[in-house]
Amino acid sequence: MATLLEANGVSKRFGGLVAVDTLDYTLETQSINSIIGPNGAGKTTFFNVVTGFYKPTTGAVVFDGGEISGMRPNRLTHIGIARTFQTIRLFNNLTAVENVLIGMHHRLKAGWFGSILKPKWVREEEAQARAEAVALLDYVGLKGYEEVFAKGLPYGLQRRLEIARALGTQPKLLLLDEPTAGMNPNETQDMVVFIRRLRDERGLTILLIEHDMQVVMNISDKVTVLDYGQKIAEGLPIEIQRNERVIEAYLGRRALEVLKHVG
Amino acid sequence: MQSFVNVWSRTPLRARWLIFAFLVVVLPLGTYPIERATNFGLLTQINRALIFVVLALGLNIVVGFAGLLDLGYAAFFAIGAYAFGILTWPPHGIELTFLLAIWLCAGVASIFGIIVGSPTLRLRGDYLAIVTLAFGEIIPTAARNLRGITNGSQGMVPLGKPNWGVIEAVFRLEPGRLAVGVDPNFWYYVIVLLVVLVLFASLRLDKSRLGRAWKAIREDETAADFMGVDPIRTKLLAFSIGASFSGLAGAVFASMLGFISPDQFRFQTSIFLLIIVVLSGLGSVWGVLLGGLILSLFDGLFLAQILPELLPDVDIQSLRWIFFGVGLIVIMIFRPQGLFPRREAVRAAEADKLPLDLQATAVKGGD
Amino acid sequence: MSIELQIFIQQVLIGLTIGSYLALIALGYTMVYGIIELINFAHGDLFAFGFFISLTLFTAINPPKPLDAVGLLVILPLIFVVTMLLTGGLNVLIDRVAYRPLRNAPRLAPLLTAVGMSFVLEASFAIWQGPSNINYPGYFPSINILREVFNIDTFILFTTKDVFLFAVTIPLVIGLTLFIDRTKTGKAMRACAQDREAAAMMGINVNRMIATTFFVGGALAGAAGIVWGLYINSGRFLMGFEAGLMAFTSAVLGGIGNVRGAVAGAFIIGMVKSMSDGYSPIGSEWTRVVIFGMLILLLVFRPSGILGSTQTLEKV
Repeated sequence: MATLLEANGVSKRFGGLVAVDTLDYTLETQSINSIIGPNGAGKTTFFNVVTGFYKPTTGAVVFDGGEISGMRPNRLTHIGIARTFQTIRLFNNLTAVENVLIGMHHRLKAGWFGSILKPKWVREEEAQARAEAVALLDYVGLKGYEEVFAKGLPYGLQRRLEIARALGTQPKLLLLDEPTAGMNPNETQDMVVFIRRLRDERGLTILLIEHDMQVVMNISDKVTVLDYGQKIAEGLPIEIQRNERVIEAYLGRRALEVLKHVG
Repeated sequence: MQSFVNVWSRTPLRARWLIFAFLVVVLPLGTYPIERATNFGLLTQINRALIFVVLALGLNIVVGFAGLLDLGYAAFFAIGAYAFGILTWPPHGIELTFLLAIWLCAGVASIFGIIVGSPTLRLRGDYLAIVTLAFGEIIPTAARNLRGITNGSQGMVPLGKPNWGVIEAVFRLEPGRLAVGVDPNFWYYVIVLLVVLVLFASLRLDKSRLGRAWKAIREDETAADFMGVDPIRTKLLAFSIGASFSGLAGAVFASMLGFISPDQFRFQTSIFLLIIVVLSGLGSVWGVLLGGLILSLFDGLFLAQILPELLPDVDIQSLRWIFFGVGLIVIMIFRPQGLFPRREAVRAAEADKLPLDLQATAVKGGD
Repeated sequence: MSIELQIFIQQVLIGLTIGSYLALIALGYTMVYGIIELINFAHGDLFAFGFFISLTLFTAINPPKPLDAVGLLVILPLIFVVTMLLTGGLNVLIDRVAYRPLRNAPRLAPLLTAVGMSFVLEASFAIWQGPSNINYPGYFPSINILREVFNIDTFILFTTKDVFLFAVTIPLVIGLTLFIDRTKTGKAMRACAQDREAAAMMGINVNRMIATTFFVGGALAGAAGIVWGLYINSGRFLMGFEAGLMAFTSAVLGGIGNVRGAVAGAFIIGMVKSMSDGYSPIGSEWTRVVIFGMLILLLVFRPSGILGSTQTLEKV
């Protein structure tokens, strides 16, 4: 188990607002990690820093041995970081298979000239890419939906397509932003099983933002809690559940007192 | 109309090319009797229309494929034409051959495509449009004022013509034919070759890795960025490839006319091309071909020649723009996918009308 | 006073006059963009419409030229009011017909209809008034104040027309700023500009606010048209396009969506145009290039303008 991602003293400020405050964070390979915290705690901002949408105001992020702070998102995808979004951002007027093919874009080599002339190697590359895309769709459970427009898929399947698309980039690190949002218990359970498969079958390192505590406690190897941009707790799920600062952050001081009295 | 679109969508690709090829070769024979009977200069109009088609196909890449609203596209047309002028106008002394010059012009235009595209990279749709509009105004103004290079408002004449020995001889054999450099029949085949080239390139690009990248950028640029598509490179490619089509068209146009001046490339031309692409169906290659021909011929024959005969006291020029303006508004509100949309666009529009669950089953179960 | 200084002062004066009528037009662009994030391409043509319709009204009433006391006190304000109502109403109609159906469509769509609308308007003007320069008679008395009233021997031209121009434009601009800042409607408009959905949930009739924005913006542009007519005494069917581009540049310069910014931007652009027209060797040709160049540089390097825009960045 090696360190795949390391954030050192990362802060992100927007004018006077400090969204992420001197955060130190590490990720080990082939693990499932969750970041939780009240709304506005800085979780998605941290995601955005790791995936290149924001440049950290201070501090540095190191991925797979190399510093990545300030690199552009598409560059980061190329070196192995992929993500899904809090509100689904699929390419609505493209089909499912086309969405996945976009994910594979940076791994394909055909340029504009090759695309026009279409020599044998380009044709083969396209055929292989398509086969792989179809296989990925099958893997996430979207077999048969290849030619459906992304906007035509039901919500749960759209979430899966987003993951398939991210998988198409062949990532080492996959960031999932609230993957079970809007799902019923059955769908949530399916997602939990699926995320475990991603770690076990594909060797991925996964970082989740989640609000569903059952999911978090269920699958995480490590849980990190943020509040007001700062890390207030980190550890195994069981430790976090009992952590007073965490309870206070979520439920408030009074609730904490009540619980202390009761428990 | 709907049934025509459906029939066309279902025609397989090979058949389309055959029909196309047949019409293309036979056309000049068909125009000959009409030209004898009327005063239209039909073939010249067709040539002009085909030039517009090439331009529109270039704009289709920028606006249709990549979704970058370019309001100053005529500037690249101007650059292609002026580059050809600079390379072949006797007083400048360079005087390259036709074949060499046109490719250089395409190259120059594509470089300008990158120049114009670069400032727009981080801009949203409407701001991008304004920047391209500004460039579209600056370039003809520069042409009018850099007299040392472009001879200002007087324009450049004469310009280089193709020198194709054997073919020329063939055309000269026919009695009553004009000099090759001016003969619309000759130019017809040259331009058709250009159209075929550009059509082919567009179709190939549409279905390629780059074409997908363009569509992704168009749908959601940020998401595309996160998925590994470099928005900068992708957008610049759209601008430069689109501009190169224009550059070629500009060079051929300049050679055909034998004369260029700054007034040939104004805002109205940019908007006319935009109207063609929008009316035909953004991103629809065959659609733009068809729509471009129809609109250009409608404009060049009916509006410019027939209507003034029928209504001599009416300001046809202005009516023209009312017609196109209203057309643009009507299409955007009632049929935004255009008159001849791509197959996928038709399906996508239909997908919008079905409730969510049924859409999935319609494709999955219904096939 | 040396001749150079006189010329300079003259150019400054011209810059101020250009700036003031550009401000009236720029306000319309900035308010509409602020509330529905649309560049109303046809806005400049409302300026032209104001010019033409006021000319029609004047011609119909046919008062003495220059206007006498009755003309100045009764007819002129009347024409202002009627023209502003008509241009405001036209703008509302344009929104209703061409932009409102596309409120939820991708951004490309209403921009294209705006371009189409602009063409329809310009072509209509060409048909209505012809393509050449139209003469707007000198209804407003032109008395050279410096020479004839103060008896100063100078080249500088400061006439009653200039006084009139500032007397109309400045109060309108101030009035609008107060309207946006202090009145309930103005606040509601600003709320819609910030967040339409939230404003709707607070009970604000968003559609009506949008219509009001269009109306006010259009009315101001119409006023600018009359002012131009009385001041410059000539116009053309394409005048809206040119003025519109400059006014839009002004709005962007000041920060799109920012009312004070639009005014500041307009005066800056006015100065730029005046100085460029007056001092550069090729004159107005290069002015265009300068202004468009400024627009491009602005949009690339500082799209939020000098006073800051009200539009926020994209969120992920």
